[in-house]
Amino acid sequence: MSAARETILGRIAEALRLAAPRPHLSSDVPAGTPAKVGKAWLPEGGDDEEGRLALLEANLGKLRASLVRVPDAPAAAAALARLAAERGWKRLALHRGELTETVARGLPCETWCVDDGFDKDRLEACDAGLTACESLVAQTGSLLVSSASNGGRALSILPHVHVVVARRQQVLPDLEAALADARARHGGALPSMLGFITGPSRTGDIERILVLGAHGPKELHVILIG
Amino acid sequence: MSPAPRDRFLEDAAAATADDPQRGFLRGALGGYYASRDVQKARYRDWEKARDAAALAKWTAVNRLDRNLARFEEAFVRNGGVVHWARDAAEARAIILGICREAGARSVIKSKCMTTEEIHLNDALEAEGFGVVESDLGEFIQQLRKEPPFHFVFPCMHLRRDAISELFGKHLGTPPTDSPEELTMIARRHLRDLYLRADIGISGANFLVAETGQVSITENEGNARLTCALPRVHIALAGIEKVIERLDDLAVLLPMLATAGAGQPMTCYNTLYAGPRRAGEADGPEAFHVVLLDNRRTALLADPEQRDALHCIRCGACLNVCPIFKNIGGFAYGTTYQGPIGSVITPHLRGLRNWNHLSGASSLCGACTEACPVRIDLHHHLLRNRRNAVRAHGGWADRLFHRAFGWVIARPRLFSLGGRLFRAALPVLRRLPLPYLRPWLRTRTLPEAAEPSFRQQAKEVLR
Ligand code: SF4
Repeated sequence: MSAARETILGRIAEALRLAAPRPHLSSDVPAGTPAKVGKAWLPEGGDDEEGRLALLEANLGKLRASLVRVPDAPAAAAALARLAAERGWKRLALHRGELTETVARGLPCETWCVDDGFDKDRLEACDAGLTACESLVAQTGSLLVSSASNGGRALSILPHVHVVVARRQQVLPDLEAALADARARHGGALPSMLGFITGPSRTGDIERILVLGAHGPKELHVILIG
Repeated sequence: MSPAPRDRFLEDAAAATADDPQRGFLRGALGGYYASRDVQKARYRDWEKARDAAALAKWTAVNRLDRNLARFEEAFVRNGGVVHWARDAAEARAIILGICREAGARSVIKSKCMTTEEIHLNDALEAEGFGVVESDLGEFIQQLRKEPPFHFVFPCMHLRRDAISELFGKHLGTPPTDSPEELTMIARRHLRDLYLRADIGISGANFLVAETGQVSITENEGNARLTCALPRVHIALAGIEKVIERLDDLAVLLPMLATAGAGQPMTCYNTLYAGPRRAGEADGPEAFHVVLLDNRRTALLADPEQRDALHCIRCGACLNVCPIFKNIGGFAYGTTYQGPIGSVITPHLRGLRNWNHLSGASSLCGACTEACPVRIDLHHHLLRNRRNAVRAHGGWADRLFHRAFGWVIARPRLFSLGGRLFRAALPVLRRLPLPYLRPWLRTRTLPEAAEPSFRQQAKEVLR
């Protein structure tokens, strides 16, 4: 391997020969990984399913994302069709999948699957991107998307509106559960991108005033079935 | 020759402190942050203990850095990425330039990365003829202004909207506006096209996960997501201290980074990248490189007393609460990393002799230490830097004074005698010119002695 690598690892090993004191903590932290012991101290994730759903709804609201709850897939399709009509969408991009394809059927606009590669300019010109997600996180109001199951990297970030369709069973209490769930699903081969999305794109760079839609979607809509 | 860092600091800090409207503006801009931070902190079931967990996650990672970096490298390569090691800034620049050349690239889009500021990457890329554009709104504005970031999380927080409107008018030809929203949309429209055409995307890294070989990037705008999705090559530049041991450490670190630094429950996009596009995925770069940078971080690592400064997750909380930062602003520091953490680490990264003055520019109030989500002992490190500077470079007068002072205060009678003498001499001292104390006395007067003295009062009370 490179000389730089050897030098740096050598410097580190040399430096670590002197032990650093443990950090000053406020309490005796029990044994276990930081995530396992820290779980109880982070914001709550809801005690039961109803609690989780209520938290998710409240958190998404504060983030200025919308949540529509519908009983079944046809109702989800109707909700999406309403969005499309209200906003006058001409073209919606999506990825293949049981949920996304069912919900996009019969939309009042053109639909287009990006799975086999796509023209970037064409995707940029789409009014909305429709994806499924790996899970939703009650604790923070986040969604977890992946490049493996949710149409790659650009679909959820390049179009001006992002719509996510998911089932109630996908709502998990906290970040730790969402990461564990993704690992269990993908095993050793993690997707090349795994991303938490917490509300629509935003910036506060000008006078610390919140503006939505900095570079990513200005609107984030979650359609939750069940 | 440019003036010594210390002289420039004194001059710039004095000028910034005299600018009342600008200081008021900064305080106003931070007001919203304090309010939302407090709301978010209150949602934690125990913020102090959560800080313990975060501190331990970083402590174990940094104190096994050699093992963790080797694990990261192995896993990252298994994911299909390429790892490069850079001992210093010049080596890192050469590696990145080499990748750009080899890819036959012309244009580079960057997402916010302070480490690239540290190695002055943009100048190097431009000198070789590559077009480089910063895509984070604040960095984009600072790039147009040819100015470094004012704050390493909020790069242009010192600017008013009219200045930004004027800047856009001049460079992009857009009509004036006083709406932050419209200004943001101008940048959005302008940059969209550049993402689509860029050959190379360069990002930083907030965390490197040793266990899984993933690079974690935190951002609000979506510019980093686009930077890592559209160009055909992705390069991430990361300091070696960014490594963490486990994927699920992020369940603690991500929310705390957001809450401490920006008063958010989570930053809008927290994305983990494991290698380039995989078979069966719709898009993503063909190649993914990570450049691991030392650049004297190992010198800080070699100081066990201050090693915890490498735990820093660059949230910016210590700047936001620092009375010095709020008064002198970010530029006066003259460093890549401003505020308390910058004052602590710059002497290690760039030499104690020239940068120790930053450790003196502190009221030692401890607000930074209290704000730090990973419990870095910031204000004590400022004291340690001062001590180390006297040890290494102190003049004989400094040493003699401290030696004598230490000797006297260890002897109560002598100390009390000294106190009495000083009280007696004060009225005279107040009238002398005292050249040694002049910089300090310019904005202060020597106090009058309390009557009766503190010791006498204490005796009364204790009796
Ligand atoms: S030192 Fe602590 S508070 Fe300051 S930026 Fe780093 S992590 Fe944040």
